[in-house]
Amino acid sequence: MDAVHVELGHDLRAFRLDVALTVGRETVALVGPSGAGKTTVVRAVAGLLRPRSGLVEAAGETWLDTERGVDVPPERRSVGLVFQDYALFPHLSVAQNVCFGAQRPVEPLLEHLGLAQLARARPGDLSGGERQRVALARALAREPRVLLLDEPLAALDTQTRATVRGELRMRLRETGLPTVLVTHDFNDAAALADRLAVVVAGRIVQQGTAAELVAAPASPFVASFAGGNVLPGRARSSGGLTEVMLHDGTRVLSTDGAYGEVAAVVYPWDVALARDAPDDSMQNHLHGEVTSVVPLGNRLRVRVGTLTAEITAASGERLAVRDGDRLVASFKASATRLLPLGGGGFANDSHG
Amino acid sequence: MKRLFEVACAVTAGLAFAFLLLPLVALFLRVSPGALVSALVSEPAREALLVSLETSAIAHVIILAAGTPVAYLLGTRDFRGRRALIAAVELPLVLPPAVAGIALLAAFGSRGLLGDELDLLGVSLPFTQAAVVLAIVFVASPFYIRQAVAAFGAVDRTLLDAARTLGAAPGRVFARVALPLAAGGLGAGSSLAFARGLGEFGATIIFAGSFPGETRTAPLAIYAELDRDFDVAVALGALLVLVSVAVLAAVSLLPAWTRFTSSSATTFAPSAST
Repeated sequence: MDAVHVELGHDLRAFRLDVALTVGRETVALVGPSGAGKTTVVRAVAGLLRPRSGLVEAAGETWLDTERGVDVPPERRSVGLVFQDYALFPHLSVAQNVCFGAQRPVEPLLEHLGLAQLARARPGDLSGGERQRVALARALAREPRVLLLDEPLAALDTQTRATVRGELRMRLRETGLPTVLVTHDFNDAAALADRLAVVVAGRIVQQGTAAELVAAPASPFVASFAGGNVLPGRARSSGGLTEVMLHDGTRVLSTDGAYGEVAAVVYPWDVALARDAPDDSMQNHLHGEVTSVVPLGNRLRVRVGTLTAEITAASGERLAVRDGDRLVASFKASATRLLPLGGGGFANDSHG
Repeated sequence: MKRLFEVACAVTAGLAFAFLLLPLVALFLRVSPGALVSALVSEPAREALLVSLETSAIAHVIILAAGTPVAYLLGTRDFRGRRALIAAVELPLVLPPAVAGIALLAAFGSRGLLGDELDLLGVSLPFTQAAVVLAIVFVASPFYIRQAVAAFGAVDRTLLDAARTLGAAPGRVFARVALPLAAGGLGAGSSLAFARGLGEFGATIIFAGSFPGETRTAPLAIYAELDRDFDVAVALGALLVLVSVAVLAAVSLLPAWTRFTSSSATTFAPSAST
């Protein structure tokens, strides 16, 4: 059995952590805002924290079972843990760091991860990306049965982040270990993990692939976390569609069925921008002032009123978008998800 | 106005330095190097230095052996009463040495708290060389423990956690990670404690007395020779000054030194234990 099974109950400062998670030969990302309890889960699996109650089964062994009084010390749990700030030993060279928990000579591993040249360097002399690689090498040298990564990209600047992310994804694929990854960044999670578990205030509110979370977010929070625009309002049915009266008085149509207080969710890539309301199949048009224009590769992220739209650089050029311009943001009723916000009826029939 | 203030500061500083250094200079002006050497090889001086060296060395081993684990626990664990324990360990720092001597007598003297028990074991501590060692340990150990607690406390606990997840049991975490990273602070504390122990006077003379060749350490010999042979007293004093200067130099050099040691040899073989 290669699966890792975790059940934890623990009191955190503001709430109770209550999480159950099973990870096979895959990478699962615990994703959620800072302070949601993600790191606590990782520390409990590694044995660095003893939860109030819990069960950790991994590598065919029971590492923790508070009911039966089992608590295997961290050094006897076969985990590789990559810490948020990498926690490299500053007084040891790269090779000595990797050697620390190694089961066999580490040269091949150093070679494989492109660290052979740096073997004699001290952690203090390395770049952020190199440190991350050393931390991963050190964790893998232990030949663990479970890999844990706590915010492996958080310590990196945005420029190296994309490169290191791609490299890390490749490494995780090739290790084939059950891996739990903690991140507060949805995009990192989507890029690195096979499956995401969204943790909010100590609970897993939704699990699924990144595509599933985007297509059918379980709550407005998940939707906004996945990058969606969340527009709260009041829903009532209107001629086969649902009409949502937003708090600022504008109306939005959706093919989802709902009633009462809802959040209308639309993703930036489903929003089109124009100077004048287009006469096309898009039923929803919101007028607003452009407050920011951020280029992202060959796309532009444009903030129009309360909406964020992502358009191609080409259409951005055609429109000549500038701060302060008044534009119309349009999106289809079928691209508008409705999620319950507190009370109110809810029927979601437009997607499975 | 600003000028006046700066001049006043400079003058005060000059006076302070003069006051601090003048007695030491006088000490070395009092005896010529030749006289110093001949005074040091005199019987009373040799005896006293030997007693000092012996008792200081034994006391220092005890301080390091017992103080290091205490400091590691106090520096790296959180538990109820930790602050109170640290305060208790540091208490001898502010205790007048004479009080320390009396307190040691009250505890280990023949009519003291543990007097009967020690008597049963056939042990009599006061006025023996063991008493000198105890006095030094009591008075000097806080200097080491205090620094060592701070040094261990400054070690990033994530590093200790990382070592555990890499298969190191607590003992190996201590030896391979905590100890090397705290080495600078430990060395500094060790030097200070040694210097303090070497100069110990008050607690020693009360708890151990001043018997030549037995409990008369160098500082006690200075006091004893004061009336008999002032040159020997001054020579011993000069020697202790030199030792103090050496200790001070070691303390200021240690942090720089530890950065270059402890792991310059690169090993590629995996470590034996897991």
